[in-house]
Amino acid sequence: MRTLAKEAPALLVLGALAAAPWLGFGESWALTLLARAMILAMAAVSLSFLVGGAGLVSLGHAAMLGFGAYAVVILDDAQIVEAWVVLPVAITAAAGFALVTGAVAIRTSGVHFIMITLAFGQMAYFTATSLSGYGGDDGYTLYARTELGGSRILSDRLSFHFICLGALTLTWLVCRMLLASRFGRVLRAVRGNPLRAQALGFSPYPYRLLAYVIAGGLAGAAGFLFANATEFVAPAYIAWQRSGELLFMVILGGIGGLHGALLGAFGFVLLEEVLSHQWEHWRIAFGVLLILAVLYLPGGLAGLPAQLARRRGGG
Amino acid sequence: MAEPVLALRGLRKRFGGLAVTEDVSLDVAPGEIHAVIGPNGAGKTTLINQISGVLAPDAGRILFLGRDITRLKLHRRARLGLARSFQITSIIPDFTALENAALAAQAGEGTSFRFFRPAGKEAGLNRAAMVALEQVGLARRANTPAGAMSHGEKRQLELAIALATQPRLLLLDEPLAGAGPEETERLIGILSLLRRRYAILLVEHDMQAVFALADRISVLVYGRLIATGTPAVIRQNAEVRAAYLGEDDIPLAAAPC
Ligand SMILES: Nc1ncnc2c1ncn2[C@@H]1O[C@H](COP(=O)(O)OP(=O)(O)OP(=O)(O)O)[C@@H](O)[C@H]1O
Ligand SMILES: [Mg+2]
Repeated sequence: MRTLAKEAPALLVLGALAAAPWLGFGESWALTLLARAMILAMAAVSLSFLVGGAGLVSLGHAAMLGFGAYAVVILDDAQIVEAWVVLPVAITAAAGFALVTGAVAIRTSGVHFIMITLAFGQMAYFTATSLSGYGGDDGYTLYARTELGGSRILSDRLSFHFICLGALTLTWLVCRMLLASRFGRVLRAVRGNPLRAQALGFSPYPYRLLAYVIAGGLAGAAGFLFANATEFVAPAYIAWQRSGELLFMVILGGIGGLHGALLGAFGFVLLEEVLSHQWEHWRIAFGVLLILAVLYLPGGLAGLPAQLARRRGGG
Repeated sequence: MAEPVLALRGLRKRFGGLAVTEDVSLDVAPGEIHAVIGPNGAGKTTLINQISGVLAPDAGRILFLGRDITRLKLHRRARLGLARSFQITSIIPDFTALENAALAAQAGEGTSFRFFRPAGKEAGLNRAAMVALEQVGLARRANTPAGAMSHGEKRQLELAIALATQPRLLLLDEPLAGAGPEETERLIGILSLLRRRYAILLVEHDMQAVFALADRISVLVYGRLIATGTPAVIRQNAEVRAAYLGEDDIPLAAAPC
């Protein structure tokens, strides 16, 4: 019963998404928006696994998304559009990049880790801008969406909605399972008190590196969906601003649990959508709102109910 | 005497010009409580840090169960059965007491590269953790977040964590540090229960506790061991008395036999 209560926010979000097409979000613009939110939420959940679970604050997570997206692009150019090929390549590419860069980055910690992941992320970005065969700076438009077993199921808006929802749910479940496992317990221990964990016999490095690779692979899968959602991929999508946004979603939602990232991603995308239609200089208001959120929501959106209850109880 | 669990041979450590460990050799026999006492800054924690692997000695050897571990890393030594408590409480604050101890049990048993089963539901780990918590009298507080415990309880938990790894040797750095009189009494009771069951290297300022618990005592002054012997011998040692003269806690006379 207690677990159910704890998971209520996540289940509520996922349930609402499942019902959304019949709750007035069935039109194409709405489904496009929701797909974008779900895909970014996937990346945010995998980042939350790193930040909240392993204590690894990465500012290069968009690069993992980029590897997944560019895998779709490069294979599309080679006329390989079968999901059973494209998706594993996308995940492996992102996980491989995470392995190589993580092997170096995980040796550092704190601010140095943030800087080094940022640097690796920018390397990936500049590499993408130099891929002149794939549009360079201007980006690349897919010939078609990826196929699944020869069928064009990803091109159907409603099917794509549920594919994204399934992928997001799976990402959430996998991260949740990992955090609760022995492996995840060591990660959390290393985050909470690295010296204690070492004195117990755990070398943080292999645990953290594996977590980094897993999160990278999951973000790569999100990148695969991202490319299919927009049918267009440009380096700008994976620049460091995107990494910052992902980190922001995680913090906005609250790092106390994975569901925070879900709430944060949807809060972020919806707010962005609403504001950008109201005002040309919406980014200013957006910035102010985000600052207020950080100042007044210490537990993030996920911590809001408890915060309100405490206020009511206290006053 | 049986082969010692721990043997230090000619250990040396300097911090800049300051010699903090000077040619230290000592043994801890199986089941023995070997206390190391000495004034503040004598180098006791530094010694423990070298044995546990937090610091590398400049010279000398550390033998654990007959094996040279001088160059092994901290986590590797822990794997061999070397557990330590910290002078400044070192627990995982956002874990419950049970999860702290279960993590320690997990360290002592099998691999932790397991990804599917929830660790919190592993009965074997929880049972081992409960045994350790019971040993220190914390069983009733099993589900309390460690960060929310009182100072004395944290000291008890610190011990339970060390015990739950199923260690061959316990390195205890001032387990009584900062504990009130009642807590101290409880902790001494717990330590006396551990006697004979574990080999223990005990660093402690509380002379009452040291003289009550130790089989042997070594006295460390400015990084150098000036005496090793039974409590009775140490109490009579003139050099030891001299080293402690001028301190507020001239403990040797005060300690009851
Ligand atoms: N990392 C370090 N760098 C430089 N000097 C250090 C370092 N750690 C300890 N020292 C010095 O080494 C000496 C021994 O310190 P240590 O902490 O081992 O003493 P101690 O016997 O444990 O003292 P206490 O009884 O206060 O715990 C002290 O003079 C201390 O200032
Ligand atoms: Mg000390």
